[in-house]
Amino acid sequence: MLDIRAVDAFYGDFQALFGVSLSVAAGQVVAVIGANGAGKSTLLKSIAGLMPPRGGEIVFDGESVGHLPAFATVKRGIALVPEGRRLFPSLTVEENLLIGAESRRSGPWTLRRIYDLFPVLAERRHLPAPALSGGQQQMAAIARALMSNPRLLLCDEISLGLAPIVVRDIYARLPSIVGEGLSLIIVEQDIVQALRAADHVYCLQEGRVALQGVANELSRESISAAYFGV
Amino acid sequence: MGWVNVILQGVLIGGLYAMFAAGLSLIFGVMRLVNIAHGDLIVLAAYIALMATQGLGVDPLTSLLLVVPVMAAIGYALQRGLLNRTLGDDLLPPLLVTFGLSIIIQNGLLEWFTADSRKLQAGALEIQTFQIAQGVWVGALPLIQFIVAVAVIAGLQVLFYKTALGRAFRATSDDQSVAQLMGLDTRHVFAMAMALSLAIVAIAGVFLAVRANFDPAIGPARLIFGFEAVIIGGLGSMWGTLAGGIILGVSQAIGAQIDPGWQLLAGHIVFLVILAVRPQGLFPKVSG
Repeated sequence: MLDIRAVDAFYGDFQALFGVSLSVAAGQVVAVIGANGAGKSTLLKSIAGLMPPRGGEIVFDGESVGHLPAFATVKRGIALVPEGRRLFPSLTVEENLLIGAESRRSGPWTLRRIYDLFPVLAERRHLPAPALSGGQQQMAAIARALMSNPRLLLCDEISLGLAPIVVRDIYARLPSIVGEGLSLIIVEQDIVQALRAADHVYCLQEGRVALQGVANELSRESISAAYFGV
Repeated sequence: MGWVNVILQGVLIGGLYAMFAAGLSLIFGVMRLVNIAHGDLIVLAAYIALMATQGLGVDPLTSLLLVVPVMAAIGYALQRGLLNRTLGDDLLPPLLVTFGLSIIIQNGLLEWFTADSRKLQAGALEIQTFQIAQGVWVGALPLIQFIVAVAVIAGLQVLFYKTALGRAFRATSDDQSVAQLMGLDTRHVFAMAMALSLAIVAIAGVFLAVRANFDPAIGPARLIFGFEAVIIGGLGSMWGTLAGGIILGVSQAIGAQIDPGWQLLAGHIVFLVILAVRPQGLFPKVSG
């Protein structure tokens, strides 16, 4: 469904991705792991259209989407849950979710479905977004992305800054999200969590794919070698 | 009763100042753009209304039906074609470009319409007055102007907090790149904000032109009144902007009553005092 072919991405003159290739099949959960600065978030931003790649190609459902702006990418069914959640602080929880539906894609996710999945958001829907706890904000950020009824959901560091019990709680809900036939790319620093949730794993190191394989077939040694580059 | 009349007139003119300010504050809020050409766009709207009233023979209030959509279209095109290119992390480029725009509009109007003072004629409406209490008189036109101003502010408030467009404005103001991720084309959102701003400018321009003489050079002073009303009221608060306009209007009216030469000075002094004592304005938006 998603095919990334030899993508190069730059911040100004600094090259962050070097010929990264990756593919995601329909209904698949792919984890991208790697140390700080390995290019994980850059990869997601390139897919979502926030950082158009300078080389290579990003093909989604047979269409090249690498050069589309972000607002057009989301209309084709790619949604990003940005790192640090980044809810709109001056909007209420419900308004944040409604903004998520701006791309006007139809599908299974409606406010009602979201509130069934995350009842705490329903209780707090009229509060301003910053009034939520960190874990609730992360749920709201995921819910906001789901409101666009994506076919591919990109999650950037959803465990960042959250208590382990909250992280487990959020990851426990992923199966009911993927159950809707959507594919998932999760970027994680928490490798154990990522390996448990994913079917396939890519490990980035300094902007290049250092290792990839089926999640439960990779040995700890090969992962730490690819992670730290030793 | 003299002072009651003075203050009442000040309040009513304050509505006009609030309309100058509302458009200014709207676009600053949505895209951090300080529009130096705002005053000149008000004057441009007045001239478009002048052409409409002369060419079509309609009265100034009816001309709004034409001037408002024309100004809104100019705003959309201006933002899409020019101002969007100036937006970025730096506040300076839009400031410089709108400053240049201000000069272009002033000189364009001067070439086209000459420096002669003009005025829109509203006929009998202009001199109609009511006595609302013993010795207290209210003109029909200032009253209409004030009611329209309150309606504009209330309309903006509803639009911002109850509609999808307002939600998009607030989201884009919070975080542009995430707004894009949600499917909002920020270039379009900004252009809609400028269109709305200039629609309000159109209303303000017509009331300005009915109330007093205008010529191509009076724009910058209207811009100052707009800025002062925004700052007095507090950024980001629509009702605060109305209050700011009223305070400015009343200060000017009281100043003028003491000595005609003090009219503008009194407004500026009150503005400076508020800026010094309460720089966030009287009714700043409570951040969430």
